Amino acid sequence: MDKEEIIFNIQVEGKKIIIKFYIRKKMLSIKDLRASVEGKEILKGINLDVNAGEVHAIMGPNGSGKSTLASVLAGREEYEVTGGSVDFLGKDILDLSPEDRAREGLFLAFQYPVEIPGVSTTNFIKTAVNEKRKYHGQPPLDAVSFMKLMKEKMNLVEIDKSLLTRSINEGFSGGEKKKNEIFQMAMLEPKLTILDETDSGLDIDALRIVANGVNKLRDENRAIIVITHYQRLLDYLQPDFVHVLLNGKIVKSGTKELALELEEKGYDFIKDEFLSEAV
Amino acid sequence: MKEELDVLEETVSRDYQYGFVTDIETDVVPKGLNENVIRLISQKKNEPEWMLNWRLKAYAHWLKMEEPEWANVKYPPIDFQDIIYYAAPRKKAKVNGLDEVDPELLKTFDKLGISLNEQKRLTGVAVDVVMDSVSVATSFKKQLSEVGIIFCSISEAIQNHPELVRKYLGSVVPMTDNYFAALNSAVFTDGSFCYIPKGVRCPMELSTYFRINTENSGQFERTLIVAEDDSYVSYLEGCTAPKRDENQLHAAVVELFAHRKAEIKYSTVQNWFPGDENGQGGIYNFVTKRGICMGDYSKISWSQVETGSAITWKYPSVILKGDNSIGEFYSVALTNHHQQADTGTKMLHLGKNTRSRIVSKGISAGQSQNSYRGLVRAGKHALNARNYSQCDSLLLGDKCGAHTFPYIESKNKTAVIEHEATTSKIGEDQLFYCRQRGIDTEAAVALIVTGFAKEVMNQLPMEFAVEAQKLLAVSLEGSVG
Repeated sequence: MDKEEIIFNIQVEGKKIIIKFYIRKKMLSIKDLRASVEGKEILKGINLDVNAGEVHAIMGPNGSGKSTLASVLAGREEYEVTGGSVDFLGKDILDLSPEDRAREGLFLAFQYPVEIPGVSTTNFIKTAVNEKRKYHGQPPLDAVSFMKLMKEKMNLVEIDKSLLTRSINEGFSGGEKKKNEIFQMAMLEPKLTILDETDSGLDIDALRIVANGVNKLRDENRAIIVITHYQRLLDYLQPDFVHVLLNGKIVKSGTKELALELEEKGYDFIKDEFLSEAV
Repeated sequence: MKEELDVLEETVSRDYQYGFVTDIETDVVPKGLNENVIRLISQKKNEPEWMLNWRLKAYAHWLKMEEPEWANVKYPPIDFQDIIYYAAPRKKAKVNGLDEVDPELLKTFDKLGISLNEQKRLTGVAVDVVMDSVSVATSFKKQLSEVGIIFCSISEAIQNHPELVRKYLGSVVPMTDNYFAALNSAVFTDGSFCYIPKGVRCPMELSTYFRINTENSGQFERTLIVAEDDSYVSYLEGCTAPKRDENQLHAAVVELFAHRKAEIKYSTVQNWFPGDENGQGGIYNFVTKRGICMGDYSKISWSQVETGSAITWKYPSVILKGDNSIGEFYSVALTNHHQQADTGTKMLHLGKNTRSRIVSKGISAGQSQNSYRGLVRAGKHALNARNYSQCDSLLLGDKCGAHTFPYIESKNKTAVIEHEATTSKIGEDQLFYCRQRGIDTEAAVALIVTGFAKEVMNQLPMEFAVEAQKLLAVSLEGSVG
């Protein structure tokens, strides 16, 4: 069970009312996470809890450590973790290799998806799906089931069929690359998805398609962390929580209204607030 | 960065799995080379006089030649007096069928995954097997002879089809062609012969499997394929050798002769012992392969997957003599550890409207050096000759090298020659992208390398392509299992 519920039956003025409380399962718990690259500390003690079913937005100016956080969670090796812990579904994932984190259900939609010449998108995804299945002790998908799954997910994210036979990301437009990321997310059905500036470089139509794709993949058992500069993706995704990352720390958390405030006032007002607090 | 490279390094080191030695009684001619050794080889093979004279002429010529030094490979001088020029599994007189073949020998080929059992017809590949210096078995001979195809060892061909051998032997690669071809002409001990008569489409893949077993022995085989008018044949060649600390010499000659509208497709998966990870041992593979499109509209296509040998020196070439003839060269050369490969092709356009296509994919790992060397020449009469060359190099790690040496000579203004070259590295970004999708480094490298080599792999016959793909993956695998 990924979800527990508590049900209250009460009577008010003769009417029966049922109230259900869902207890969301804890998915990710980041405690005092510190990381540096080439000796320079970038993450300076991040704390963040994400429960199943939630969408969290992480916003912040350039250089605040947003993409570093995404990379550290995914296990990129040039970042050295110098402190803290990251608990993902009961496991400390800092001890896991990037591939095992992925197989456990962590998915990073890349800001700059990588081209691999000669490897078709289909072949790439098939390898990924089957590696994950192998990890969980399942047999590989046969060709027919795989094609069926592809077809189903293709419709979901409105991806063009011709992209799937081409070398992955090679010669894809910005929008095609991002759609392909969301398509892979759909195929791999991760528990936790991190969208790293997925909105960057997208025109408004591509943004809508990508956001719709993500929305269709939302459910009570999955969580999403959206890393972005701008409000426009959040208009579509409607996050439950918004966090502001500044200088390697989460300095402010709130609901989606916080994003609107940021959009209106810019990051400076937070900086001022943060600095005055620090003093 | 450092860590990524270490992972790559680990991924690209793995042991050679065909490195066993078969304990088998061998008939060996003592080390060294002189006229008497050549006479002895010829005598052992019961050859006619013309063959002996041909050998002696080649030997006389070889003595006057010097070892070539232009290739981008380095190795200590070869002591040609320290090589065994003839080693043969000892026979109980004549072997009539597989039942009479030494069971040790059959076991060897079982280990290599090659079935000599003629009952296993499902595979549909006729095999000639050459162990050290002699051909030990040829399968499917009978079925092939029913359509007039001759497929046998070259020794048998010299006995049974002397008129064909005399006509074609040395017609594409003259004994004077180069140092190693001259040496081969003097001492070649066996190899395959294949003759496809007019209008016949060979109903199955023909295949020769070469194995060097005896210590200190060289392998000098000679392959000759003749395709008469309107015929077609697809031919496969595979090779392995035991692991030894010393270097062993393999100097083969392959000649292809295509008449009018004939097509010869020649595929090689070369997996000679490459030496260990310190560069100790391994085969020196100095091979001359050449085909001639003699007739109009004929076609010769070379496909090769080269993963073995300490040193590879090999340029499968096509002489495009007939008008409208086509030459193709598809190559994947993978080098690892301390391997050196200098390989490529020559496309010599002589006839009108001749076309050639070169696709070369070099993969270098470890501390290896991988060079492409190719010559495209359009002669005076090669009206409208066309060539397209594409040479791509892929580097794994930062201690290996890739080099491209294209030579283009055009004596005809209507000729169009195109050359494209790229060099890329398996990037950390690519590896991380794969790993983030749950594909570990080893599988990711295999995926990327296979993708890189796909265009060439597609040219190989089905069963061979599967084997070649596995070989690429295995040659780059790190941890066992």
